[in-house]
Amino acid sequence: MEYFLQLFFSGLSKGSVYALIALGYTMVYGIIELINFAHGEIYMIGAFTGLIVAGLLTALGWPALAILAIAVVVAMVYSGAYGYTVEKIAYKPLRNAPRLAPLISAIGMSIFLQNYVMLAQTPDFLPFPRLIPDLAFMQKYNSFLGTSDLLIIVTSIVVMAALNFFIKFTRMGKAMRATAQNRKMAMLVGVNVDQVISATFIIGSSLAAVGGVLIASHMGQINFYIGFIAGLKAFTAAVLGGIGSIPGAMLGGLVLGWTESFATGYVSSDYEDVFAFLLLVLILIFRPAGLLGKQRAQKV
Amino acid sequence: MASQQLAKNFKQSVVAALWLSFLTMPLMVIRVDTVEKTITWRWMHLLWMLVGSFVLALVWYFLMDRRDRGGANDGNLNTEAAPSRFSIWLNNPRVARPLMAFGLLFAVAFPFLFSMYQTNILISALIYVVLGLGLNITVGLAGLLDLGYVAFYAVGAYAYALLNYHFHLGFWAVLPLGGILGAFFGILLGFPVLRLRGDYLAIVTLGFGEIVRLVLQNWDAFSFGPSGISNIARPGFFGVTYSVSQATTYIYYIMLAFVLLTIFVTARLKDSRIGRAWLALREDEIACQAMGIDNTKAKLLAFAMGATFAGFMGVVFAAKTTFINPASFTFMESAMILAIVVLGGMGSIPGVILGAFLLMLMPEYMRAFSQYRMLLFGATMIVVMVFRPQGLIKARRKIYKVNTKPAGQA
Repeated sequence: MEYFLQLFFSGLSKGSVYALIALGYTMVYGIIELINFAHGEIYMIGAFTGLIVAGLLTALGWPALAILAIAVVVAMVYSGAYGYTVEKIAYKPLRNAPRLAPLISAIGMSIFLQNYVMLAQTPDFLPFPRLIPDLAFMQKYNSFLGTSDLLIIVTSIVVMAALNFFIKFTRMGKAMRATAQNRKMAMLVGVNVDQVISATFIIGSSLAAVGGVLIASHMGQINFYIGFIAGLKAFTAAVLGGIGSIPGAMLGGLVLGWTESFATGYVSSDYEDVFAFLLLVLILIFRPAGLLGKQRAQKV
Repeated sequence: MASQQLAKNFKQSVVAALWLSFLTMPLMVIRVDTVEKTITWRWMHLLWMLVGSFVLALVWYFLMDRRDRGGANDGNLNTEAAPSRFSIWLNNPRVARPLMAFGLLFAVAFPFLFSMYQTNILISALIYVVLGLGLNITVGLAGLLDLGYVAFYAVGAYAYALLNYHFHLGFWAVLPLGGILGAFFGILLGFPVLRLRGDYLAIVTLGFGEIVRLVLQNWDAFSFGPSGISNIARPGFFGVTYSVSQATTYIYYIMLAFVLLTIFVTARLKDSRIGRAWLALREDEIACQAMGIDNTKAKLLAFAMGATFAGFMGVVFAAKTTFINPASFTFMESAMILAIVVLGGMGSIPGVILGAFLLMLMPEYMRAFSQYRMLLFGATMIVVMVFRPQGLIKARRKIYKVNTKPAGQA
């Protein structure tokens, strides 16, 4: 039972990070129907920014939780700025191009950012300081739920609740939903679509940065390549839940996290990534619209 | 007017340079070591960044203006611009034929003129020419973005390595088998993804490529894991065994023949019934179906045909290096083959050949830049898509001329 709970919570914390990254994919896809391949790299850049902030503040001798909070905020700002810039350079000029064109430039952007970080920092793994202390009241649950897992889960819930509020009730959130439903129509009623797209990229990227810093602190090391696999898996989560649907991305992240956690716990730990991709292939064959997505007829 | 434009571009570039420097500041300047608790500041990088991004931004805005003014180059792959004088000159048979004959002669004489090292480099380039032409069928002609192409390459390589290790089968026996296995895996991948649209397809093929690599890496009993397989036999010729340098020359000629065969096959395929079906599929899937083309069959064939060439090349690759391991078949390899196709010109055979030579030979002869290679690839893919989506050499569509002269006047 304890083993089960341990797998359950590690799956939950992993899944909530996937969900945080998946939100970026799904929001961008909902609005411009593009798979933002560079999104995983934005997550990685968020983690690196967090590391740099943490390194600077640790040298100044700040308390760990304050460092964590500041690292998350700075990483969010920088990742948001990166997301904004990536859209302006690689996607905006191609808005009226054939579908394959922005996809290929997105792959190019992903390769570029990976190598940029590799050259600017290092190709090796960098140690990431443990910013999450072991809280005293968590002592008796430690056998199956660590403090960092708990913190990741709680933060994700808070962030997602905030996002839901933003999408449902603010002016920009409404403009986003309108653009997602019909871009031309939204333009006609006075929505500044360029602004909406930029906002979507910034928000999605900041969410990924939250996930990046939290998971890096949990894992204890990062390198320039972490964004690739994490991005792929988060995309799997987004497709799993139904791409374009925000609750879908959250659900998909959790399902994927649990699948991985239980499969590695009960079947074999060598094939962790294989399970994720198999799940993706199976979902696409049997339910291409995803768990919460609606099957829509294609317009001609 | 022009000076006004220039001033505007100048101002924009200054803003862009400042913004990019701000963006890259933490990663470029600061480097922390949290174990030793040391911080390295590299302020010189910031200066480079400011100057570099200013120059690049200036070029970017200049090209952007030209693109927007030109109008014809709006990312539409079908706009027919008038052919340049150079391409007319090049297409003149009196120029083209001697040029081709000279090229062929040079290619045949190459191993005798240059060292074995150079020949080896050229073999790799030729392998990538065939891989590029193979992927060109799937991506360029049929418009199916396949990001796991390297998986088929791996299938061919491991087929030869394992059959050679366990059953001592020779190169020529496994070569056709490699192609068939490649095609089989292509169809295997093709079936589940038939219903998916472009972008889903890209991800699933990417996932498939990763699955193949991860399985090869983890299934020690089958594939010997990350340590790979060594001592794979070089190709033989009716029982004659060659020295290393002779074998290199031999493989070079095999590859040369392969390239010629691939060019012939893909050129013929392009104008065939199935080739035209692929083009139709690429342009508009629904319209294509409405015209009575079997979408399923056309897609599966595109996957299988592309994968066949990768399977063949896998066998040649294993025979050439005599050692393979999963590290040769990462996503970066797929991305590079894709870059060859995109840079050269999707659907264009001479373009893909040029792309393969450029991307394979440039890093060889510019060793100093080798660590920037992938960075440049990424940037090139973006720039090509934004400014020249048709690639270096644009694919030409076959034009059928109808004689409209009234019958009576003939």
